[in-house]
Amino acid sequence: MLKHYLATAIQVLRRRKFFTFISLFGVSLTLVVLMVATAVFDQALGPQPPEVHSDRTLGVYSLGMRGPSISSNSDASYWFLDRYVRTLPDVEAVTIFSQAARSATYRDGEKFELYLKRADGAFWHVYAFDFLEGGPFLAEEDANAERVAVINETTRRRLYDGESAVGRVLEIDGQRFKIKGVVRDISYLRQDPFSDVWTPNSTARSDVHLRPAVLGNHTGVILAHRRSDFPAIKRAFEASLEEVELPERYEELTGEANTRFERFSRVLSSDRDQVKASPWRLRIAIALAMLLFMILPSLNLVNINISRILERASEIGVRKAFGASSWTLVGQFVVENVLLTLIGGGIAFVLSSGVLSLLNGVQLVPYAVFQLNFRVFFYGLLIAVIFGLVSGVYPAWKMSRLHPVVALRRRSL
Amino acid sequence: MIELQDVEKIYRTDRIETVALANVNLEIEAGEFVSIMGPSGCGKSTLLNLMGLLDVPSEGYVRLAGESVESYSDRRLSRLRNQRIGFVFQTFHLIADLSVVANVEIPLLYRRMRGRERRQRALAALEQVGLSSRVHHFPSQLSGGQQQRVAIARAIVGEPDVLLADEPTGNLDSSMGDEVMAMLHDLNNRAGTTIVMVTHDERLAGRTGRTLRLFDGRQVN
Ligand SMILES: Nc1ncnc2c1ncn2[C@@H]1O[C@H](COP(=O)(O)OP(=O)(O)O)[C@@H](O)[C@H]1O
Ligand SMILES: [Mg+2]
Repeated sequence: MLKHYLATAIQVLRRRKFFTFISLFGVSLTLVVLMVATAVFDQALGPQPPEVHSDRTLGVYSLGMRGPSISSNSDASYWFLDRYVRTLPDVEAVTIFSQAARSATYRDGEKFELYLKRADGAFWHVYAFDFLEGGPFLAEEDANAERVAVINETTRRRLYDGESAVGRVLEIDGQRFKIKGVVRDISYLRQDPFSDVWTPNSTARSDVHLRPAVLGNHTGVILAHRRSDFPAIKRAFEASLEEVELPERYEELTGEANTRFERFSRVLSSDRDQVKASPWRLRIAIALAMLLFMILPSLNLVNINISRILERASEIGVRKAFGASSWTLVGQFVVENVLLTLIGGGIAFVLSSGVLSLLNGVQLVPYAVFQLNFRVFFYGLLIAVIFGLVSGVYPAWKMSRLHPVVALRRRSL
Repeated sequence: MIELQDVEKIYRTDRIETVALANVNLEIEAGEFVSIMGPSGCGKSTLLNLMGLLDVPSEGYVRLAGESVESYSDRRLSRLRNQRIGFVFQTFHLIADLSVVANVEIPLLYRRMRGRERRQRALAALEQVGLSSRVHHFPSQLSGGQQQRVAIARAIVGEPDVLLADEPTGNLDSSMGDEVMAMLHDLNNRAGTTIVMVTHDERLAGRTGRTLRLFDGRQVN
């Protein structure tokens, strides 16, 4: 029986090419978008190297200062982070670094730009970089403002044709650094650790960062001993905000130590003034968006199915006349639909792999390596199959209730 | 074999009530070949559908092979149709997406039967109607007469006790019609299948054992 259903289904799909195309297009497009979105999301937020401790880190990404007639939001300053975050008790480590900034360098008289990030010794402890040669710079080298640097693999290739780089001198941003190590490329989507070149904070060209200002352009990341310490750390940080002496005309300082996900939810929220994160809202929004995203094509599929099955009223009448019960017919249409969905899933799998490897190939996002998330694919397919079932059962049930006499009167064959 | 007692069939749509059949009493013995005649709209198809358990009467009883079917579930009715009845329709009603042999296999599909046996029986039925050379064609690739022969093969493949044919020659030219009639007679003579056939053709009706006449939903004698 199942064999006959499958054979019939394949026959129907082959003979009704337009319908098949529309249905497959809907199913596979939905799954492809879902897969690609998840891959990007994973690339940005999943616990991948070098952010292997991301489940234990909190970041201080932005602060807000308010007064009766004025307000400012910005990243924190090095001075602020050094004084109020680096001193937090009972944490494993704190690292402070700048945003990666495009900086000029030269090779054979030709100028090009690299990302340059200033960081500290703890940076290499919080993030687990994969060193291809040499090693990181140390806390005391930062303390002594030594001109040392770590570069990534691509930079080594561009500057030295991939030959060993440790010990060479790199000139960037008008300064000369001795290369201490070479690491594997980090995806651009990993904004905290990402750069092409890393040098100590203390080598900054000016000492602006040392001046006592609250706002600046640095980030502080706290590595907790364990996740359960988060509430205490957050409280300690917020308490320390009270002690900060604010410039004239400002009365209040707000800020939070956030997990990656909390930070992400804040970046996405349109309210720019909002310093408080609301991750639950984002979680619900993402879940709703995904559900909606799956439901719309499914409703469409139900619709297509109803008209397709209506078209086959005479077939239903015939099958009933020759002994098919209503439930047998429901079974037949459901098998057809699930088969269709599975084929769509197969196409989606191939297409998503293609799209992702294309994205990886053109390096739309620097150093990003997008990967298929099999778990998400499985769930996506499962949802699609469930919708295939539902979208088949409802119209099939409705149609199978159709009186054989009425069904046979419809003369469409 | 088939028994109708005080049967009435009324179609109700929003406001209109159509009395399609009224006060019908008849009995058809096993092995009979009965024709039903009457003007268009007089209730012939309705009568045939009641006999085939495709529809239920508004009043009265239908009995098939001694079984009273009024309280039967969808499942039981399906089984009874499957095992006892074969249908031939004026417009053939072959499934366009299926090959000729797959169309003929349909009644066997709803029985417990191995695929191989199903195929063998379908091929045998097709041979009986002289279509062995067209088994893998699709219905649209056949002439009207050939399509109706496929429909007959489908109706007889399950060896039913009763064959119900609603104007089986209505869409065929007279030579093809004669061919189909010959097949029905052959089936009636050799297998003893009870046949009830609706027709407009006095000549064809004259060759059956008995003719029932309907006028405006009532039997006339
Ligand atoms: N499903 C239905 N709903 C409403 N009226 C119907 C339905 N089927 C048949 N009728 C009406 O019942 C009468 C008998 O129809 P039918 O049995 O098809 O006649 P015949 O086959 O003799 O031409 C007609 O008046 C027809 O319009
Ligand atoms: Mg009729």
